[in-house]
Amino acid sequence: MDKTKTTELDNVVVRFSGDSGDGMQLTGTLFSNLSAILGNEISTFPDFPSEIRAPQGTLGGVSGFQVHLGSGKIYTPGDEADVLVAMNPAALKVNAKAIKNGGVIIYDADSFEKSDFEKAAFTSENPFEELGISDSIQLIPAPLSSLTQSSLEGFGFDNKTVLRSKNMFALGLICWLFNRPINQAIHFLTNKFGKKPTLLQANVKVLTDGFNYGNNLHLTISTFVIDKSHETPKGKYTSISGNKATAWGLIAAAQKAGLQLFLGSYPITPATDIMHELTARKDMGVKVVQAEDEIAGITTSIGAAFAGSLAVTNTSGPGLALKSEAIGLAVMAELPLVIIDVMRGGPSTGMPTKTEQTDLLQALYGRNGESPVVVLAAGTPDCCFHYAYMASKIALEHMTPVILLTDAFIGNGTSLWKLPKLAELPIIKPNYVKPSMEGCKVTSRDEVSKARYWSIPGMEGFGHRNGGLEKDYETGCIATDPLNHEKMVNARQAKVDYVSNFLPELKVEGDETADMLVIGWGGTHGHLMSAVMNMNKIGKRIALAHFNYINPLPKNTIDVIQRYKKVVVCELNSGQFATFLRSKVPGVEFLQYNKVQGQPFTVAELEADFSELM
Amino acid sequence: MNRNTKNYFQIMETTKTLQYTVKDFKSDQYVRWCPGCGDHAVLNSLQKVMAELGGAPHNTVVISGIGCSSRLPYYISSYGFHTIHGRGAAVATGVKVANPELSVWQITGDGDCLAIGGNHFIHSVRRNVDLNVLLFNNQIYGLTKGQYSPTTKKGFVTKSSPFGTVERPFRPAELTFGARGTFFARLLDVDLKTAQLCMTAAAKHKGTSVVECLVNCVIFNDGAHGWLAQKENRAERIIVLEHGKPMIFGKNRDKGLVLDGFNLKVVTIGEGGMTESDVLVHNATCEDSTLHMKLAIMEGPDMPIAMGVIRAVEEETYNAAVEAQIAEVQAKSKVKTFDDLIDTCEQWDM
Repeated sequence: MDKTKTTELDNVVVRFSGDSGDGMQLTGTLFSNLSAILGNEISTFPDFPSEIRAPQGTLGGVSGFQVHLGSGKIYTPGDEADVLVAMNPAALKVNAKAIKNGGVIIYDADSFEKSDFEKAAFTSENPFEELGISDSIQLIPAPLSSLTQSSLEGFGFDNKTVLRSKNMFALGLICWLFNRPINQAIHFLTNKFGKKPTLLQANVKVLTDGFNYGNNLHLTISTFVIDKSHETPKGKYTSISGNKATAWGLIAAAQKAGLQLFLGSYPITPATDIMHELTARKDMGVKVVQAEDEIAGITTSIGAAFAGSLAVTNTSGPGLALKSEAIGLAVMAELPLVIIDVMRGGPSTGMPTKTEQTDLLQALYGRNGESPVVVLAAGTPDCCFHYAYMASKIALEHMTPVILLTDAFIGNGTSLWKLPKLAELPIIKPNYVKPSMEGCKVTSRDEVSKARYWSIPGMEGFGHRNGGLEKDYETGCIATDPLNHEKMVNARQAKVDYVSNFLPELKVEGDETADMLVIGWGGTHGHLMSAVMNMNKIGKRIALAHFNYINPLPKNTIDVIQRYKKVVVCELNSGQFATFLRSKVPGVEFLQYNKVQGQPFTVAELEADFSELM
Repeated sequence: MNRNTKNYFQIMETTKTLQYTVKDFKSDQYVRWCPGCGDHAVLNSLQKVMAELGGAPHNTVVISGIGCSSRLPYYISSYGFHTIHGRGAAVATGVKVANPELSVWQITGDGDCLAIGGNHFIHSVRRNVDLNVLLFNNQIYGLTKGQYSPTTKKGFVTKSSPFGTVERPFRPAELTFGARGTFFARLLDVDLKTAQLCMTAAAKHKGTSVVECLVNCVIFNDGAHGWLAQKENRAERIIVLEHGKPMIFGKNRDKGLVLDGFNLKVVTIGEGGMTESDVLVHNATCEDSTLHMKLAIMEGPDMPIAMGVIRAVEEETYNAAVEAQIAEVQAKSKVKTFDDLIDTCEQWDM
């Protein structure tokens, strides 16, 4: 060992970047998982193009995966990278601005040739100078392609197959850089390639050679050590993406409620992984219909809800638009239905793989008629489990459609997740009709909660005709009586409003007694929390109120907000939640911090903005 | 070639103890269709068939979209759902997949099914979901007061085509066969016997049973099927197809269908040496739909209109395949509960 020194770090950000075929997502996932197993907190963020395979080496095809690990609380995947792994000049160019001063760039020297520079639209043969990369950044050229080729000599693979393994060489090198033993990575690879022994052997060989390459290189670079996290509550953990957590929250809710889980779905980025997770769970009796379109996705679900399932449909913004008429039907028929919108950049097709919070007003208001629904928003990848569970619970107990908003950032990103047990989760009691309720009509409801009683085909004596036409409050027959219509409109609204009685109070995090309150909602929690915590640490007085329940709002919302002299609403849109709050909270001047770039906030930009406001 | 020799027409002959009567399927709602509308007759036939089939009203679900015919669920004393325009097939698919034990009927019209709901229609047929679809075809939009529909004949004058439509109409049978449909029948509102025969066969068929119901719109398209509807003409203009029986029609039962090259031709038995044995015998269960298509698209005045069960082929239904796959996976998997699922995670202590 010829290391000159090791540096201990609280946290580190590593960004893997290459062609979308270079396996960067896998490399990043393996590195973050093995770090988590070694006791670090983790947060990851994949940033990939919507093109499946753009021309090799071009800017359009760059796919990135950022990992943030630390020995303390980690809320975000990090702003800038301490270490960038760049598989080609295009990857370097796309990420050049996202590297910290004093950071490290490891690059595949074999892919930094004249033709590669041209593909990435460099005008010179010195990309580092052309990009103005600071001298403080250390460059480590490693001929990853040729080293991988010599590593796999004798395996009899064609060159294309060989080069596909160069991501493992990079992973080995990173493991060395961070003093990570590679046996955990080998364990993951065994799980992945167990059925293809030659491929497994090849990947392990390349990984090991990558590690040893770092060891033997006599680099004068400092390697890093990140201690175990001591702030994480004790328990069993895994790392989970928001989309997977969402799917599992639904599974848990269905079992808790004693219902079959049904998903009607049409593939759409970035929401499809929820369908993948659920359709794999036939062992748990989950039924998934891959529908012919978004409308059939929701209407098959409405049929399943009518027939007595916990029914769900998942989509992203354009799909939510297509589903809006059917959501109105679910409102009118007062059926339990969970609608998950993994938000992406819009309008129209927009930026399918990028994140945004621009569907909020669509979720709240995007239907004809007075059409209230419950709207929730999850804050972090692991929290998607909780809010998918709560969305199901509210839908079943209050007989209403519930829209759960997540986004591409938390849907695809991962965080640590403390494994739950079903017994620990809150009880779910669907609002069934009771055998004693003879003569119960389709509109018969609990007069306090206004929740309609759920009678299901197959139940004798409770046959009824439901539908999208207005019904008489008493008899359930179709009716156009003016006063009756208003009564029904009010009942449906009251039902949704009543849900606020079951919501947790809005919490204030950070310096509660500060003058300035930051407000956020949904998937921005990590960045807002980091910014507020960082500022508190250096004595700046600022607090955060983050919303997961949006309609209805928590009951103490007005009280909390009115306590603060300065209130700034931060969101990844042009001010949709601020607009909503203005209609709900009187006498407050809501300042705004907005970003609509298809990217999450950076903690740095938030801190800068808040400091200026203070 | 024939995987199924089941004769759908024997069903009517089997006697069974009737557990339910027509009254059990009549709701307390006043039927609001126009007097003289063909939908009344179809409703009556349906209630009769439901009672005869013997399934309980509470295990019966009637789903509809939007349009005059889609009001039908209100008039049946079962579980009913009057959904949104065009989406009945998808809602019905959800109901059947969620609970395959239910008998699911889908009520739709030529606009609801073939215009706004065309996509859902072809896909439910393609999947072969076990639904009984009654497609009320009056060749007009009634509820919106008289615009042309996807089945309106070219040139027909309606409120939205004051100079005659320039559009080519769909023929529902072609769409059904194009979507690889396993069942297609056709009935005429006023011919109660054939109507009940078709509906019974549709109910018994496992798969998407498409029953085209030719109904008269007395207000906006009166007499669209008039040349068939007049009782005195029916024998000459209609052929009621019966599986396993020769394709004979006519007041004197002297006309028959034969193949002439690739086409069908009407012949008179006893003329030109034609005997009954020269006439084609109907095989509704033939997997190849070519002849079914030829029969279904026959049009007057040279050819009779085919009624009855034109096609009824057994294939696995979507809902049964879903159940079978779940059972197969469940038999192999160790994951039975949510806690089992959690155990499958790569997990570690912190």
